[in-house]
Amino acid sequence: MTLVNAIVQGIFLGAFYAVLACGLSIMFGVMRIINLAHGDVAVLGAYLAFVVVERTGASVFVAFAVAFPVMLALGYILQVTVLERSLKAGILTPLLATFGLSIVIQNLLLIAFSPDVRSLGGAAGVFTTASWQVTGELSISALGVLILVVAVILFGALQLFLSYTPAGWAMRATAEDADAAELVGIDSRAVYARATAIAVAIASLGGLFLGIRSAFDPASGPTQLIFAFEAVVIGGMGSLWGTLVGGIALGLAQTLGAQLHPEFSVLAGHLLFLAVLIARFGGGRLTLRVAR
Amino acid sequence: MKVQRWTRTSRLFTAGTGGVALALASVPLIFDPDVVQKLTNLLILVILAAMWNALAGYGGLLSVGQQAFIGIGAYGTVFFAGMGVSPYVAMLLAMVLAGAVSVPISLLALRLRAAQFAIGMWVIAEVISILVRLDKNLGAGTGISLIQMNQFAPNFRQAYTFWMALGFTVLFLAALFFLLRSSLGASLQAIRDDEDAARSLGVRVASRKRLLFVLAGFGCGAAGVLVVANTLFIEPGSVFSVQWSAYMIFMVLVGGLGTFEGPILGAILLFAIQTIFTQGGPWYLVGLGATAALVALVLPRGLWGTIEERLGLRLMPVGYRVVAPETKTETKVQASA
Amino acid sequence: MTLLKVDQLDCRYGLLQAVRGVSFEVAQGEIVALIGANGAGKTTLLRAIAGAHRPHAGSVSFDGADVTRLPAHRRVSLGIALVPEGRRLFPSLTVEENLRVAAVGNRRGRWNVQAVLDVFPLLQPRRKMPAANLSGGEQQAVAIGRALMSNPRLLLLDEVSLGLAPVVVDAVYRSLANVISEGATVLLVEQDLTRALRVAGRVICMLEGHVVLEGAAQSLDRDRVVHAYFGLGGHAAGGASA
Repeated sequence: MTLVNAIVQGIFLGAFYAVLACGLSIMFGVMRIINLAHGDVAVLGAYLAFVVVERTGASVFVAFAVAFPVMLALGYILQVTVLERSLKAGILTPLLATFGLSIVIQNLLLIAFSPDVRSLGGAAGVFTTASWQVTGELSISALGVLILVVAVILFGALQLFLSYTPAGWAMRATAEDADAAELVGIDSRAVYARATAIAVAIASLGGLFLGIRSAFDPASGPTQLIFAFEAVVIGGMGSLWGTLVGGIALGLAQTLGAQLHPEFSVLAGHLLFLAVLIARFGGGRLTLRVAR
Repeated sequence: MKVQRWTRTSRLFTAGTGGVALALASVPLIFDPDVVQKLTNLLILVILAAMWNALAGYGGLLSVGQQAFIGIGAYGTVFFAGMGVSPYVAMLLAMVLAGAVSVPISLLALRLRAAQFAIGMWVIAEVISILVRLDKNLGAGTGISLIQMNQFAPNFRQAYTFWMALGFTVLFLAALFFLLRSSLGASLQAIRDDEDAARSLGVRVASRKRLLFVLAGFGCGAAGVLVVANTLFIEPGSVFSVQWSAYMIFMVLVGGLGTFEGPILGAILLFAIQTIFTQGGPWYLVGLGATAALVALVLPRGLWGTIEERLGLRLMPVGYRVVAPETKTETKVQASA
Repeated sequence: MTLLKVDQLDCRYGLLQAVRGVSFEVAQGEIVALIGANGAGKTTLLRAIAGAHRPHAGSVSFDGADVTRLPAHRRVSLGIALVPEGRRLFPSLTVEENLRVAAVGNRRGRWNVQAVLDVFPLLQPRRKMPAANLSGGEQQAVAIGRALMSNPRLLLLDEVSLGLAPVVVDAVYRSLANVISEGATVLLVEQDLTRALRVAGRVICMLEGHVVLEGAAQSLDRDRVVHAYFGLGGHAAGGASA
């Protein structure tokens, strides 16, 4: 029964990772870049919600409604000021630029909020504590269900957007061939800016769940980035639903690993990620050729 | 048209470098131990910058996980010293261990490109860090001292460490220098310019990259050895910190990605910044991060690359320069219509 | 009335100069064929007119306005559409999505999805199929239809017959005849000399980036065109670089 519980908790945890990874997956899918500041952007969103809660005493969900448009705008600005320039300069430049940005965001958060650990759990009302005790060993938390439902709605909504709206077609067209998209009248820069805005805003949703589930501090970003990236890779890079599956696989690996030994939780996730990389890129050709 | 490699400046400078190394060797005889310790840190930075540049600047491999090898070098030293060998022998063994570990890692990592490689390396570093934390004999998460060094008097210890750092610096810079001057240099350049084109021309991209990767494994391992020799205490949170990657990226980008001299300049610059802002602090890191991002965007060749371009200056003869004859010849090659 | 004016255009890829000082004009309603051997600079020239390649020097004017600095999507909204070499469809989008994504808000006209399907009836049963699954001829039809969706005033066609069976090429050109009869202005690149001379009112021949021959299709005899095409014999217009 503890195993069943671990699986259920793993799915909930995985849904959280999928939300976190969604924006990363969008940006990779559309622009073929990985934003190394993605985790820090998520944490920034959590702080934004935290500030609103502190100032107004509102529920985190109200606070998020305030933070969301701000994050959309930030994403747009990030694209037109930093990423657009870096896209033109080869594959390393976006990585270098966003890594620098990651350090900047972390330390600005440190200056603004001190290294203290914060949580949004207190402001999430009933979602922090409510749970259904199914049996002695198995309990289903309201928060876990909420995150899973939100994740499925989020991925479903994105799928509908990409399949049935002109803006969605334009995004897919640009992702597949930006040059040809320009030639049929699509403003690829605007599409990129829209994609990054959506990605950053969804990242802040991940940050919100991070804050409600557990806690965060200014240095939490890199770990979230690694988990998000692992989810994207496990699910197959560039595939939207794959990211949801990848997130859940990562969550399961972590909770099942923790069953063996509490310290194995994160390690098990890393090992799954590396195993997927080996299976996908190293399969059968692991021969060592020594340089001349 | 003729191709030349040495210029008068580069001849002078290469000879001068030997002189500088000799002069540096006398540092422990003249200065206080704390100055010697600081300069050891500078040499560590120089090694790290040169190694990260070897990967990114010449191999197109952007690693965010070189701290894996720093940690292996540092913890390897503690491990071998704990087994009873002399600490200095332990240091050599630890460096070799880091280099050896880089070979199996390269089998996986070099199959990855760009972001996959960058974050894949980061995850590998995290895995090694977690494994170290799980080992009680290595102090678990709380850190461990290299107590075996206490048998040496502080002054001598500091001097030995400095000389070792100098030896490693010369060794790895020379290794990189000769690597780039060998026939490998040209193929590396081809890989950096266009990996697919280089592969189609028969350049053995994988083995070339592996050579750089293993060199960087040794080099970063050596840096880790020096870190523990210089501070005598390490903890997984700091030696396996991604901050090392941040420093490496800063030094190489600001100095000049893909230039031999640039990373050395970058290391000196970072060292100067660290010496001036001794208290460190978040604003200092905001400055580093912003500078790195800005340089990547607006000055992709870094300080040294820009100097080289503007002044036609070249100190170390690792590249080739084409000296155009007086009459202009027009190539008849056409772009595909 | 002059619709397109290309003036002293220079295009480069790094050190390679693909287009060298090219100037010409295309009047409203004209059909102009651009011919020349592989590597003559034709594709680069079309891409520069469409805004997909930033020229090194010179200018492109459309309907009297300088468009040299405008990005490609803005030129589409002014009425320039390119059917690129190799078709470049969006493979995961269906035929209908490929067409509809190319509809530009401010350009109303006769062309919409239904009108395109009427001209290319072979696409009718394929509407819901991803473009990746189409045959070469079907893909070419989608590519042309996609360009028409913006109701262009100037249609640029780059080697629409490349890689297609002769029967299919005939079908494509028959459909094009419909489009052309609507009074569109067309600048097309065509390898097949006979076909180019038959379709076009005027021919421009390029060699190594230069325009070496230009004239009304009827007035040019085939031998002169072939000579210009392969750069045989000295042509005053610009063989000087060799």
